[in-house]
Amino acid sequence: MTVLERRRAPAPTRSRRGGRHGRTTLWVWLFLAPTVGLYGVFTVYPILGSYWYSLLDWDGFTSTKSFVGLANYREVWHDPLFWSAFWHTLLFMAVTVPVQVLLSLLAAILLNSPKMPLARIFRTALFLPVATTTAIVGVVMQSLFDPANGPVNVFLDKLGFGGGIDFLGSSHTSLWTAMAVYVWKWLGITLIYWLAALQTIPTELYEAAAIDGASPTRLFRHITLPLLTPFTIIITLLSLEASLHVFDLVQTMTGGGPYYSSEVLEIYIYRWAFTSTIPRLGYASAAAVIFGLFVFVIGIVQLLGVRAARRAGVGS
Amino acid sequence: MMVSAAPQRSRTARMLRRLPWWIAAVLLAAGCLMWIYPFLWMIGASLKTTTEIFRDGLDVIPNSPVWGNYGRAWSTAHFGEYLRNTVIVTVATVVIVVIRSAMAGYVLGRYRFRGRRVVLVVLVATLLVPTGYTIIPVVDVAQRLHLLNSLAGMIIALSGGAHVALTLLYMGYFRRIPKELFESAQLDGAGFGTTFVRIMLPLATPVTASATLLTFLNTWNAFFLPLVFTFSRPDLRTVSVGMLAFSGEYSTDWPGMAAGAAISLAPVIILFFVLQRYFVEGIAGAVKN
Repeated sequence: MTVLERRRAPAPTRSRRGGRHGRTTLWVWLFLAPTVGLYGVFTVYPILGSYWYSLLDWDGFTSTKSFVGLANYREVWHDPLFWSAFWHTLLFMAVTVPVQVLLSLLAAILLNSPKMPLARIFRTALFLPVATTTAIVGVVMQSLFDPANGPVNVFLDKLGFGGGIDFLGSSHTSLWTAMAVYVWKWLGITLIYWLAALQTIPTELYEAAAIDGASPTRLFRHITLPLLTPFTIIITLLSLEASLHVFDLVQTMTGGGPYYSSEVLEIYIYRWAFTSTIPRLGYASAAAVIFGLFVFVIGIVQLLGVRAARRAGVGS
Repeated sequence: MMVSAAPQRSRTARMLRRLPWWIAAVLLAAGCLMWIYPFLWMIGASLKTTTEIFRDGLDVIPNSPVWGNYGRAWSTAHFGEYLRNTVIVTVATVVIVVIRSAMAGYVLGRYRFRGRRVVLVVLVATLLVPTGYTIIPVVDVAQRLHLLNSLAGMIIALSGGAHVALTLLYMGYFRRIPKELFESAQLDGAGFGTTFVRIMLPLATPVTASATLLTFLNTWNAFFLPLVFTFSRPDLRTVSVGMLAFSGEYSTDWPGMAAGAAISLAPVIILFFVLQRYFVEGIAGAVKN
């Protein structure tokens, strides 16, 4: 406040143009300072710093670092557990994204129809897990999927499938269970994306086409789908990005186990950096850099895809 | 024959046409039950005894509510403390992030200045970088700045994490505000700061509402950063970190776990029901832009 008062007083005495311009620039950078500062220190520097750290032998935040060149990369490259974590991350993405995007599209189309009974209640129910804390959901899910007393197994038993499945404790099912819970947790957010997209389609279009005698399936194929295409790209992009961040859920549900069977890359990095008896920060950084590059490539591919889709849209 | 059959056929046809919607509604209802059952189970379990949970199977309603579970979670398992920490961290982070995003978005959207492109390119480029992978340098920086093991440090680090989307959201909004409004403010002699605080920020209230909610949700639910920032200070844990610690220490105390989860989730769930419309609009707005 005092800054504002002081600023106003001497204004007329200065040469009008130059003084104001200089002061505006000052204000602009003053306004940017918190973002540039905080973001620079906690986002930009860490991204760049990872590269330097990955070249170091460094066994704890307070101990000394020594330069080892590409040794960490060589070791990461030859670690089968790194590749299994890499594979799990990819598989997680490849399975959950299509399921989540398509299932939520289906739900959105149903919920968007004025003929759908109880649509609001359904929407609220499907969105509820999105608002909850992932780490807490993860811990609660441990009990729900308990092989002996968990309600999921009790339910399967009642249906006649036989219970006693150790969903989280068996290396065959742990990753898949985490995927299922992930879809359960985040379906609501893609649902809202789709509903927002569907609402951009003017209802007159449907009415006009219906008068012309178009069937619902034709309405969907010739009106809804083409108009949804640009949103499909954005929604898939957002879902892909989100599926790379499953640390909370997997760490609290399985901790990456049993026997690393559900270890995704974030957990691999966390394990080497924070939970192993001798932390290896340089090594973990190398793993992080490799994965960062991979994500970057995915990002570029997506951007190219978006551009191609836009061009196709303009052409038609 | 034709005459009498026609209306009947149309009635059956109408019912048949409606039938898919009812089948869809029943299927959706079954799906939604799956979506809300875990919450019902959690609330039920938080009021049961351990033996009751094991015996009841799918049944969620407790015989006679055991309120002691909540007392145990609140004081013995420190969920009261965790909740307090989470509230402090969340409120402070939301305030910092929203203000700094609005300020940055304002100047990026309204002014041309040297360096603008560089700032924008850096912001957009980092949109794609997954934050979890930068945890080691983040902790290293925090360590050197003596921010580890303190709530203030956690707040600063969380505020500096990726919230680029919010800055871009504000930028887009401020850019669309008509120039005349802006110029008339300047003619009235309002300075840079005054124009922003008195005129521009109030105009951006819808964006601020979305930004506040989204940041609230992100921060309340944050896990990775609070986890590594509180390794040697259990008293500074947030609810999500506390929950993991609890499940590790007392893995057999299901009622206590459920009560702790209910305590931790209650604030977000209540807020969600009160502000549901804004949640949905905030998220929908993010994708439309």
